[in-house]
Amino acid sequence: MNATIPAEPTDRTDAPLLEMRGITKRFAGVVANDGVDFDVQAGEVHSLFGENGAGKSTLMRVLYGFHRPDAGEIRMHGSPVTIGSPADAIRHGIGMIHQHFMLVNTLSVADNVALGLPSSRGPLTDPGRVSERIRELSETYHLRVDPNAVVWQLSVGERQRVEILKALYRNVALLILDEPTAVLTPQEVDDLIAVLRQMAQDGKGLVFISHKVREVLGLSTRITVLRHGHRVGTLPASAATRDILVEMMVGHALAPERAAVATGEALSDAAIVGLTPAAGQAPPAPAVATTPPRLVVRDLTVPGDRGTDAVRGLGLEVRGGEIVGIAGVSGNGQRELAEAISGVRRSTSGSIVLDGTELTGANPARARAVGLGYVPEERTRDGVVADFSVAENLLLVDSTAPAFSRLGFLRGREIRRHCQSLVEAFDIRTPSLDTPTRTLSGGNIQKLIMARELSREPRVLLVAQPTRGIDVAAARYIHERLREQRARGTAVLIVSEDLDEVMSLADRILVMYEGSVIGEARPDASTRAEIGLMMAGIRPDAANAAAAARATT
Amino acid sequence: MTLRIERSLDAPRWLRVALPFLSLILAAILSGIVLELSGHDALGTYRQIYSASLTSTGGLTATFVYATPLLFTGLAVAIAFRMRVWNIGGEGQLYMGAIGASGVGLLLGGWSQPLVIVAMMAGGIVAGALWAMIPGVLRAYLQTNEILVSLMLNYVAGLAMYLLIYDSQSFWRDLTSPTALVFPQGKNLLPAATWPGIQLGSFTLPLGFVVATVLAVLLFMLVRATRFGFEMRVMADSPNAARYAGMRTKRTILAVMAISGALAGLGGASQIGDFGHVLDPRGLEQAQYGYTGIVVAALALYNPLAVVIVSIFIGALTNAGFALQGPSFPSGLVGTMEGIILFSVLGGEILGRYRLRFGREPRHVTPLDAAGAEADA
Repeated sequence: MNATIPAEPTDRTDAPLLEMRGITKRFAGVVANDGVDFDVQAGEVHSLFGENGAGKSTLMRVLYGFHRPDAGEIRMHGSPVTIGSPADAIRHGIGMIHQHFMLVNTLSVADNVALGLPSSRGPLTDPGRVSERIRELSETYHLRVDPNAVVWQLSVGERQRVEILKALYRNVALLILDEPTAVLTPQEVDDLIAVLRQMAQDGKGLVFISHKVREVLGLSTRITVLRHGHRVGTLPASAATRDILVEMMVGHALAPERAAVATGEALSDAAIVGLTPAAGQAPPAPAVATTPPRLVVRDLTVPGDRGTDAVRGLGLEVRGGEIVGIAGVSGNGQRELAEAISGVRRSTSGSIVLDGTELTGANPARARAVGLGYVPEERTRDGVVADFSVAENLLLVDSTAPAFSRLGFLRGREIRRHCQSLVEAFDIRTPSLDTPTRTLSGGNIQKLIMARELSREPRVLLVAQPTRGIDVAAARYIHERLREQRARGTAVLIVSEDLDEVMSLADRILVMYEGSVIGEARPDASTRAEIGLMMAGIRPDAANAAAAARATT
Repeated sequence: MTLRIERSLDAPRWLRVALPFLSLILAAILSGIVLELSGHDALGTYRQIYSASLTSTGGLTATFVYATPLLFTGLAVAIAFRMRVWNIGGEGQLYMGAIGASGVGLLLGGWSQPLVIVAMMAGGIVAGALWAMIPGVLRAYLQTNEILVSLMLNYVAGLAMYLLIYDSQSFWRDLTSPTALVFPQGKNLLPAATWPGIQLGSFTLPLGFVVATVLAVLLFMLVRATRFGFEMRVMADSPNAARYAGMRTKRTILAVMAISGALAGLGGASQIGDFGHVLDPRGLEQAQYGYTGIVVAALALYNPLAVVIVSIFIGALTNAGFALQGPSFPSGLVGTMEGIILFSVLGGEILGRYRLRFGREPRHVTPLDAAGAEADA
């Protein structure tokens, strides 16, 4: 892979907007960035592409002043700068849109935008003028936001637009966007990409961090790929293809279908938006319609953390030998649904039945005893005890099993033998059984949890966010294991915010919106756009009709 | 520019072992400076401490007299704090154990000695455990703060002791002997209710200390090798993971409070059976064994086996402190020396697990955190 290194600037006026040279950043033995070069020209979108943990965010956090580099130099417009804090970064015209928005929920959009800036009226605020300027900017960039709206009333997409407005209002020259599409519906992604294109046309430099190859290819001027903290290379988007980027990202060539899994892409890679995947690429669905459902949820209502109902009268069925995927934008009740089925959260009405056994109101231990396997969304918080050893975490839910405890005493030898076999069977990369689990990578922690849950041979397997934030190899491995469970006749229910993952894994897709299932889709008969509309809350009547028409032809 | 304390995961193992000793040497140096500044002979004082707590006639015995109650209350705190149940009611639970054990001892004084001893222990255990269940039940079912409730109950238990001896004609109070007519006192227990110590030459090892040492080993095994201990550690380190695994948190909180209270209560029984042979409210209250037990447990890092060692160490210091005290050696100076030792050992412990860093940049230490930085950024 040839890296294209831009020529050294000789003339100051030709100097790029931003140059980072030889940036090295270590965290207690882990090299997050190792001599990384990166530059941005005014008027371009330069994407940073790579797996989770490749060092993309670290590099940008160095640029934004959260971390000080251990080595390296940053130049703006050709002259060296020291960025010791976000305040320095802002002074140099750098803005950053974080994954978690930095907004005050109880203030209006205008107040949030003006927050921290001097007012034209001295100590008094000047909401009129701020609103005026926001309207101008909204107009210019087609950012539909009401300056007087209060932030907590806004959707996630609108909040992100407020963040972009904040940056525009401060007249940034360089804007960093850290995984900006992760929380958006496909339509919102399209809107965002249009806004970003226009900002680039207006001469701003944009850094776009993503691990979604489709978005990177669709938006970028140039693409830099990072792997394990190194820069693998930089290439113009016109020269990049999905296969090249994936190969650079993972370091070796992948078979085409593997590449699709690796990048979290459904097999509709060519689609920027809304192309139907080619026929025959969807996973073959076993004939399951005749088997009775193993998991039946009826009319389920579950309270959320804020007291309002997060799940509202939801019903679903999962049969043995199928994978059902729950798709949806985060915060539409998916987490509460998974917690209610697993027994972690109490439902207020409705029923949950597993193979004919009533599970409503059961605690997690009872749900497991009846045959539920559960991989939680927050794996390091709920799925393991971070300070415990690998062996102790493999035992976590089995400490009462007669095989592992006798008369109240743990049977050390049997436990170690069991854990050793799980570590080998599930390829958990750990120095030893006694290694603290917190030192493992996210992917290995997820494998550990999968090993523990699958070793119980569940009849129904519930997996929340199967591969969020984990590396490609582990994600691929976990997808294989899930398909293997389907082949064994397990009823598999996955909840994922990654639509591409759901489309590549599931036999049926249920889209959740505001606490209930708004529509059902099949990955081989529905497009991303149809599912995206449902995720945005648009009833699928029209989309369904289209899908049905396609299915019959 | 700020000063930051952060976790250090790469401290070598030998340092962890050597640290307490280095801290003690530092404490000796600091105390020496204080002693010299106040006009005392530092080395002479240390020699005196050594002799008073270990080598003088009765010195070692006296050390164990102070160590025994601290071992009980230290274990009581260690087990509760390990579970992150903050029982600081060891003081009151010890009082209640003393009330229970002395009541049983007075009632059954005519029985054979082994039976009376076992019954007294049972009385102390039950009284201490029941007293601890009050904050335990309130915490488990009503989410009250067990620190406040258990602390307040210490004063209630103290008042209960005073009521029994000074303000009522209770079963515990001596109403007949000539001295009791001058000043109220508790009934003395019969010889059968006296716990025999183990004689090793001139040194007497109290029965209570032997019992408590056995319990320390059992507690260590409970935490390390049993299902109950495993679930307890899960709940302590990650309540979320415990909930996810379906563990019964409330039951475990109650069990831990009961065990903790039982240990402190047994300490109260030992005070009656081993040493006092009478319920003496003022003596128990002045000793403050329950509160010192918190210090003992903290120094032992809540490890039951280490509590045995630390209790002997603190027992020796307390003993030496009483021996040193006199017209030329004020008790404040003894307290200062004890404070310097605790400060050094706890400070050394913190510096062993953490390190100081100057600067304003937040650091991530573990690979997990570094990966998290990528995901969270």
